[in-house]
Formats: sequence, structure tokens, C-alpha cells
Amino acid sequence: MSDTTAAQHLKADQKMDAIMGILLRSGVILAASIVLIGGILFLVRHKTPVTDYHIFSGEPSDLRSIAGIFADVKAFRARGLIQLGLLVLIATPVARVVFSLLAFMYQKDWKYVVFTAIVLGLLLYSLLGSAGA
Amino acid sequence: MNTLEFTAVVWVGSLLAGFLGALTGLGGGVVIVPLLTLVFHVDLKYAIGAALVSVIATSSGAAAAYVKEGYSNVRVGMFLEIATTIGAISGAGLALYLKANVIAIIFGVVLIYSAYTSIRPQPHDSIKQQPDRLATWLQMDSTYPTANGLESYHVSGIPLGFLLMFVAGVLSGLLGIGSGAVKVLAMDKAMKLPFKVSTTTSNFMIGVTAAASAGIYLSRGYIDPGLAMPVMIGVLMGSLTGARVLANANVRILRIVFSTVIGALALEMIYSGITGKI
Repeated sequence: MSDTTAAQHLKADQKMDAIMGILLRSGVILAASIVLIGGILFLVRHKTPVTDYHIFSGEPSDLRSIAGIFADVKAFRARGLIQLGLLVLIATPVARVVFSLLAFMYQKDWKYVVFTAIVLGLLLYSLLGSAGA
Repeated sequence: MNTLEFTAVVWVGSLLAGFLGALTGLGGGVVIVPLLTLVFHVDLKYAIGAALVSVIATSSGAAAAYVKEGYSNVRVGMFLEIATTIGAISGAGLALYLKANVIAIIFGVVLIYSAYTSIRPQPHDSIKQQPDRLATWLQMDSTYPTANGLESYHVSGIPLGFLLMFVAGVLSGLLGIGSGAVKVLAMDKAMKLPFKVSTTTSNFMIGVTAAASAGIYLSRGYIDPGLAMPVMIGVLMGSLTGARVLANANVRILRIVFSTVIGALALEMIYSGITGKI
């Protein structure tokens, strides 16, 4: 690799880093805002005694899957809204990996395109394979 | 206690956990689990679910800053995320077969190790490494900002680092933590990256590692919105405050005090695990 291409490489990397930083921050802010709105709604509506977290009973099925959470959000259920915020949060690092994949493609860095694609595949397998149904 | 009171108390506890997690460098997730299980008597599964979510929030928030400042080595992080995501999926699977008290004991041991690494003096980065063939092929050698301007470094020990990252991923998926301490061990000790690069790249990787097991936890019903809400907001706010304090103060003594407290919590978790109280 010549010095000029190395320098170009570094510059492209720095640009990629800057965009990645913005992407991560926006994802966290968006997620926290949705969780907060859902949380306020939850607290206003639920004046009942606290849920017993001492014994694990698992969440109802609507809060366990992506489709169920979206159905809850449509019905404007507070717990569904919080769960949507948490989904956005989980999706934030995934979006970062998608962005990395595009950036490595743009740089024609095929080795890292392959590595990033493997990570993305594993993430989607885990997310959609379990919570997608 | 009604829902509002419980939420408020958990929120304050999470704020404190996030603050301590940032000051000690342990991360809020690893502090929130003993707090929820030992103090609030929350089932370990719910505690781990809530912790995992807060881990994604804090690491993504912090990573945003470090990546922009040019500390994190994105290529090293990206390559090693293959190991951590495979590990995390395996760890979340393993959690199904282990009893809660066994998980509590493993948690305690990892917590003690993490607390120990946080008070150990930070190593100096004076040794100049020779270029490594695999690292050169993977284009991992890079630079990072120091007091004397940008300094370049070489990466080595990739196979051992990869293996340790797999272990870090398993622990993350099993315990709902970021396992930053093991990630730093892999990069700092095995791969000879500068310490600051190791810690920031570890932070960069934590979100992806945690996301790999979060879907599995969600589908198993470990993530309860009523509990995860105050935990996530609290830990996030606490860690942002902690990071600000960390930038403006010499916290060596605070670190030792807090790490001792966290070590005591870890012993309590191990004891509860052995006596079957968790």
C-alpha cells in the first residue's frame, strides 16, 4: 500500500468514525425518549401494587416478540411503548454494524466487508430468530 | 409499596449504580445486578434482563464520544466482534441449562475480578511492538492521540485475543454484563494494544456483544418494561454524571473505596449462590 492510499484510508476511517459517533448518540437519545414517554404513561395508568419481581414468571407473549410489541404500540399500551424504546436501543448497535458494512464496502475493503457481514448475520440470526416470530 | 414508589426507588438505585460503574470503570450493568437481586430481591433473570439493556445504553453513549476522539480501533473491534457475538449467543443459550445459584456464583467471581482490575495501577505503554504478520494483513495497526500528538502502535497476539473475546462474549450473554474487564484483558495483555485504546475499543464492542444476546432474552421474557424502564434511564443518567466527574477529578481513592464495596457485594452474591438464597 502506498503512502497516499494509506493516508486516504486514514481519512476515510476518521470520517466513518465521526458518522458512527452521531449514529450511536442519536439511537440512545431516541430510545431513552421513547422509554421515558412510555414510562410516564405507565406510571400514570398503573397505580396498582407493584409487580412481584421476586418470582420469575416471564413476560406475556406480546412483550416477547417484535410483532407483539408493535401491536401493543398501535393500541397505545404503556408497556408496549417502553418495550419499543428498548427495541430501538437494541437496534442501535445493529445499525452501527450496518453502517460499518456500507463504509467498508465504500472503501472496497473486502476483508472487513466479510467480517462485518458475519457479525451482522449473527446479530440478525439472534434477534429475528428468537424475537422475530 | 405501589408502582410509583418502587419505580422511584429502583431509579435512584440505578442512578447510583451507573455513577459507581462509570467512576470505577466497571460499567453500570455489573453493579445493578447485585443491587436488584440482593437489595430489592428481584429474580436474577429479570435483573440480568434489565442490566443487559442498560449496558447497551451506557456503552453506546460512551462509545459515541471515544470513537469521535480517535481512541477506539474500529478494525480491531469489528474483527473481534465475531468472537464476542458467537460467545454471547452461546452464553445466552448456556443460561438455560444453569441453575440461578450457579449463575450467581459465576457472577460474583467475575465481579471480584473486575473490581480488582479497576484498582490495579494502569500499565504504561512504553514497549514498542514489532509488526505482526497477521495484524498487518488485517490492517489493524493504527494511531491514537497522546499528550505528544498522534502515536502509532502495532497489534499482535490475535489468536489468543480472539479466544479471550469469545470467553468475554459467553460471560456477557450468561450474566447480562458488558464484561469490559475480560475484553480489556484480551486487548491490553494478549494483543498489546495501548491501555486507553483497549478500554475505549472494549466500550465500542460492548453494545454489539450485548445486542447479540438481548433478542434471546427478550423472547424468553426476561426483559420486563416496568423494571427495565427505571433501570435503563437511571443507569444512563448516572453514568453520564460519573463520566463528567471522572474527567474533572482525581478519583483514585474513590475508586478504591467503591471497588471494595463492589467486592463485598460480589462476596454476598457468591454466598447467596452457595446457600441457595438466589
